[in-house]
Amino acid sequence: MRIVIVLACSIVPKTLSEVLPGTAATIVALHVGQEYGRRMAGLGLRPGVSVRVIRISPLRGPLQVRAGHTDLILRRSDAARIEVRAVA
Amino acid sequence: MKRIALLGMPNTGKSTFFNRLTGAGARVGNWPGITVDLLSAKILVAGGMVEVVDLPGVYNLHGFSEDEQVVRRFLETQPVNLLVLVLNASQLDRQLALALQARQLGVPLLVLLNMADESRNLGIRIDVKGLERTLACPVRLMAAKFGTQFSEVKQTLQDALRDHPELTRVDPQAFQQDHRIEEALDRLVSESVHAPVQLPASLTDRLDRIMLHPWLGIPLFFAVLFLLFQAVYGLGTPLQDGMEWLLAHLKSAWLDPLLLHLPVWLRSFIGEGLYDGLGTVLTFMPVIALFFLAMAIVEDSGYLARIAFLADALMSRLGLDGRAFVMQLMGFGCNVPAIMGTRIMRSRGLRALTMLVIPFSLCSARLQVFLFITTAVFSPTLAPLALLALYALSILFALLTAFVWRGRYPSHEPLLLELPPYRLPTLRFLGFESWRATRQFIQGAGGYIVAGVVLVWFLTHYPFDVVPASPDTLAGRLADFLAPVFSPIGLDNLMAIALLFGFVAKEIVIGALAVIYSASPEQLSAILADRLDGVQAMSFLLFTLIYTPCLSTIAVIRQESKDWRLTLLAVAWPLALAWTVSFLFVQAARALGY
Ligand SMILES: Nc1nc2c(ncn2[C@@H]2O[C@H](COP(=O)(O)OP(=O)(O)OP(=O)(O)O)[C@@H](O)[C@H]2O)c(=O)[nH]1
Repeated sequence: MRIVIVLACSIVPKTLSEVLPGTAATIVALHVGQEYGRRMAGLGLRPGVSVRVIRISPLRGPLQVRAGHTDLILRRSDAARIEVRAVA
Repeated sequence: MKRIALLGMPNTGKSTFFNRLTGAGARVGNWPGITVDLLSAKILVAGGMVEVVDLPGVYNLHGFSEDEQVVRRFLETQPVNLLVLVLNASQLDRQLALALQARQLGVPLLVLLNMADESRNLGIRIDVKGLERTLACPVRLMAAKFGTQFSEVKQTLQDALRDHPELTRVDPQAFQQDHRIEEALDRLVSESVHAPVQLPASLTDRLDRIMLHPWLGIPLFFAVLFLLFQAVYGLGTPLQDGMEWLLAHLKSAWLDPLLLHLPVWLRSFIGEGLYDGLGTVLTFMPVIALFFLAMAIVEDSGYLARIAFLADALMSRLGLDGRAFVMQLMGFGCNVPAIMGTRIMRSRGLRALTMLVIPFSLCSARLQVFLFITTAVFSPTLAPLALLALYALSILFALLTAFVWRGRYPSHEPLLLELPPYRLPTLRFLGFESWRATRQFIQGAGGYIVAGVVLVWFLTHYPFDVVPASPDTLAGRLADFLAPVFSPIGLDNLMAIALLFGFVAKEIVIGALAVIYSASPEQLSAILADRLDGVQAMSFLLFTLIYTPCLSTIAVIRQESKDWRLTLLAVAWPLALAWTVSFLFVQAARALGY
């Protein structure tokens, strides 16, 4: 039983940093403070938007994500502060 | 005079449009209360002069990043006839937010949807008339890079200026109220932008599969760097040498005969102070022009953002970023353009830190000195080892400097960058960039460089009745006075004078030593081998490696940072470090019995 729960957790991402390359998730909230949140919104990262993780740079480097018609890079630590849910 | 301000998000082609509109005549203007350089130009529109100002790219009008504050400050203090908003037509899903914010400002607005070529290729259809209705201002599609629709845009600009002959200030309230515009944005986008659900897989995606490949990405990055380095310095250094040759030739053929009848000191002042000072400025021009050409290619093609992606994992641990790394490596050719190149970094702290670190890159001018002295003093087996050690130390001291000062120049800038599609840069705009950087170097740093060269000339030539660069000159007396500083690091007064010359430029150190010992360059090798033991020579090399690379580097640090404290630190810290390292080395070597 416990194993099943653990597995389920690892499949359903809670933050953008957990989303696997090649899959998408919907942004629920940005827990990054107002200033940085504005900047993210300016680049198309805002609640309700669906983002796809394209690839991750080696050595735990930045993520390349696609939101709308824009590709962006951001650090894993910042991605961890973006709450997501699986795409319906 | 009428005034137009250009506004837009970063990377939307604002500068490209500005260049097309204004030509090559743009200058950096001074605006009250604004510390960053803003390009502006005066153009003729329908018989009247109009000033066009290119504002920094911003993501929104309410944030507090440096660029956002600059834009706000400019718009609050400078009235305009027209605000031109440049948006990327293929990213309207997010960029229209800025249009909604700009509309609140209460100044006449013109919206240009740039990169129409890319949006068309992606199959995006835009209802321009609908946008005009909702935004209540003229909207035009265009492609600034290719000049598509440009005449129509100019006509619209002209009409808008005619309709708004008076300068208007923005509504001061507008910046305070940060309305939630998400809903309005979603509505506007769904009404007027029609994009296919699935964007076609692009050439960029395919290229990135190779360029950003987990294993291939980094080796390819180094290959690109190597090519850049070769292109800039493989071409630039011979040009630099050619320039030096030409200047020397002109001097002996034209200047010297002209000065023949002047008193000796005046002849020396003009020929060796002023002329050599100007020559120093001129010899930097080819590398700066080539460097900015190469950097503009890297930036315009979209590869620069990819470097950040590839190198960030390593560089962020040092408090630097991938772009800093590129500049650091380019600094191994010449520090001056590398420091100017830091302008691609938006964060002030990061930029300052990078400017402190770059001068430790062992540039080609220092390499000349090192090659000469190591071969003169060390055995053929030891010489390459000494050189290798100097390279290793160059990197070590760069890392040390980053580590020590990153607390004082922190970077709050998170890494959040657009990864633009790969684009082919156009020659015309590359030329603009390169020409502009060269001109800025001459205007911003040229005066200081000439003044510095003249000062060192004076120190090493006054009083005029003694042998230049001898112990009887001001420089010699200064060295005498500083003997307690230099003797613990194993250097005598004559070497100290050579170091003073080295402050102007490292490539003249060997020539200066020849003058100081009144020897020909051929004899100098033997004299140095005779006068210096290995420990002294190494101490001299270490000091030369670490202390101020050259006057021109300091002058561009001041030009780029506009910060005297940083400039002072960029002189004082390396000096202190150089002395300490040489001191520790000499004392340790002597203690070990060498
Ligand atoms: N395909 C296409 N590319 C364009 C067009 N206009 C500009 N570009 C390219 O877009 C990139 C960014 O252009 P810039 O003019 O540097 O953009 P900017 O908005 O000034 O960007 P910042 O300098 O970051 O503020 C460059 O590679 C240009 O060559 C266009 O109409 N079509």
